[in-house]
Amino acid sequence: MTYSTVFSQLAPDALSMKLYSTTAKEVELALRNPSGNIDSLLALLSPAAMAYIEPMAQQAAQLTRQRFGANIGLFLPLYLSNLCANECDYCGFSMSNKVKRKTLTQEELAAEIAIIKQRGFDSILLVSGEHETKVGMGYFESMLPIVNSAFNYVAMEVQPLDTHQYQRLGQLGVDAVMVYQETYRPHTYAKHHTRGKKQDFIYRLDTPDRVAKAGIDKIGLGVLLGLDDWRLDALLMGFHLDYLEKTYWRNRYSISLPRLRPCTGGITPKVELTDAGLVQMICAFRLFNPQLEISLSTRELPSLRDNLLPLGITHMSAGSSTQPGGYMTPDSQLDQFEISDSRSVEQVVTQMKLRGINPVWKDWEMGWVKG
Amino acid sequence: MLTIADHQFSSRLFTGTGKFADHNTMLQAIASSGSQLVTLAMKRIDLTRGHDNLLGPLQSLGVKLLPNTAGARNAKEAIFAAELAYEMLGTKWIKLEIHPDPKYLLPDPIETLIAAQYLCEQGYIVMPYVHADPVLCRRLEEVGCAAVMPLGSPIGSNQGLATETFLRIIIEQATIPVIIDAGIGAPSQACRAMEMGAAAVLVNTAIASSAYPQKMAKCFADAVATGRQAYLAGLGAVNHHADATSPLTAFLTDSSIKVPIPTAHIMRDST
Repeated sequence: MTYSTVFSQLAPDALSMKLYSTTAKEVELALRNPSGNIDSLLALLSPAAMAYIEPMAQQAAQLTRQRFGANIGLFLPLYLSNLCANECDYCGFSMSNKVKRKTLTQEELAAEIAIIKQRGFDSILLVSGEHETKVGMGYFESMLPIVNSAFNYVAMEVQPLDTHQYQRLGQLGVDAVMVYQETYRPHTYAKHHTRGKKQDFIYRLDTPDRVAKAGIDKIGLGVLLGLDDWRLDALLMGFHLDYLEKTYWRNRYSISLPRLRPCTGGITPKVELTDAGLVQMICAFRLFNPQLEISLSTRELPSLRDNLLPLGITHMSAGSSTQPGGYMTPDSQLDQFEISDSRSVEQVVTQMKLRGINPVWKDWEMGWVKG
Repeated sequence: MLTIADHQFSSRLFTGTGKFADHNTMLQAIASSGSQLVTLAMKRIDLTRGHDNLLGPLQSLGVKLLPNTAGARNAKEAIFAAELAYEMLGTKWIKLEIHPDPKYLLPDPIETLIAAQYLCEQGYIVMPYVHADPVLCRRLEEVGCAAVMPLGSPIGSNQGLATETFLRIIIEQATIPVIIDAGIGAPSQACRAMEMGAAAVLVNTAIASSAYPQKMAKCFADAVATGRQAYLAGLGAVNHHADATSPLTAFLTDSSIKVPIPTAHIMRDST
């Protein structure tokens, strides 16, 4: 069985009704018993819980501190290519967008890595558009040894692959795979993904199962907040997470909470997620799952990122570039989306320290599993 | 003094290095705790530039470092981490932690025993983190571990000695030091562990996540010392019934006391 079977038995419309009819009393009950309780997650994501953000934040901060200490792991995305064989109306990499396309050569990759290492990072997230013929397994096989020799922790965010391909990536040193569903609403998904293999909602939905079966350590889930009702999308992601944790108990899980950002040829968000809503969502997930890793990207503004530091975040990027070759050539206009926090790594680290947070550069030893 | 392998410790409070906001706070807390054995995670040590910015200050405190294998999910990874620790730090002391379950970080008993046996054979001073399982602790002792470190409750939970019944059996049976590790969340719980006869306790989260780590470290130090002294002094036995000041059976030795005989009972018993 895979998650699509479980998913087909959910009733999203009924869940939506329940979300919007949650009472204050139900939120209070959820606050008393949030861990591992999907009903509590629903209540904490509901509009009624907006009035309880402060107690949620207090509890989330305490749980995060207890579980992860005053630590936040730092990583950088490294864009391998902006080639893409899909048409997604919210993404700058969409195939019909008239932007310059670039795929890093081995030499360019090495040069990007040298800059990132110089800044102190030991954890990397490899990103590419979804183009399986030009940026597929053959390309990954030629590039990963270079990446693997430089970083202790390697995560990937690329097109969904088959189980045997993930097994191969694991052999090549990949520790984590991030695959964001974008939205858990099939009709919305179909509306925004109009061309390419990404149109296959179910194949994407079952990707975390394939990653887990391949023995990859960490699996990242995410929704693009703004494509549909974020409360319901977040809740459906909670169901997915719950299923995965119960089925593949040895794996670690992370979530990413990207809000829809402006990009070339992009759309405006259908449903706006406010800062308060984002805080509610982070806190709801922390209370639901104290061990969950939660990433925060540079999509958010510096002031918000600083204020979110103690509330549940465990990992963040700093000084990011969202274009292939962007660390060598910062202004090449190849971005996937606009970033909002353009501060340098040093500036972000300074803020972290001022707020009593210890930046963690290295938290994995590749030799254990790759040696 | 507590002796583990060839090393003596006057403090029975062991501490960790994780979860602190910054290195200064950590160093002050360790100093305040009086701890002479401090664990640190191998996965966080970074010697790529020839040094690690945590190691130097720790070594300047004069504490013995106990590298741990946190993050290892099986015996193979843990053995590699131990070998790495030896290579990097020159110590064969290793806190063996193997938890394939990232949710509660509960130790895998089978992989732990496999790794412990191998490492002991290679001359390592092995201190395994385990569930409070008396049989497993005996098996680990048999393969040559220098100490066992059973959990009081899940790591970082601050729930205290939830496994007390089994900890008592482990302490009663062990011929190697029993160090209560994980879950101790308050000085009173550390004190209780020591009163029970634990050789030492290891505390990290409760100190690191407190509002004033340095102050809390001192509280733990005092509690551990008090608990140890209470154990040595010999706690009075716990009775579930009051000790009568006028015993009911004194008549057996004092013929002047007359106790009425309950005849009805005698008749019923004799039928």
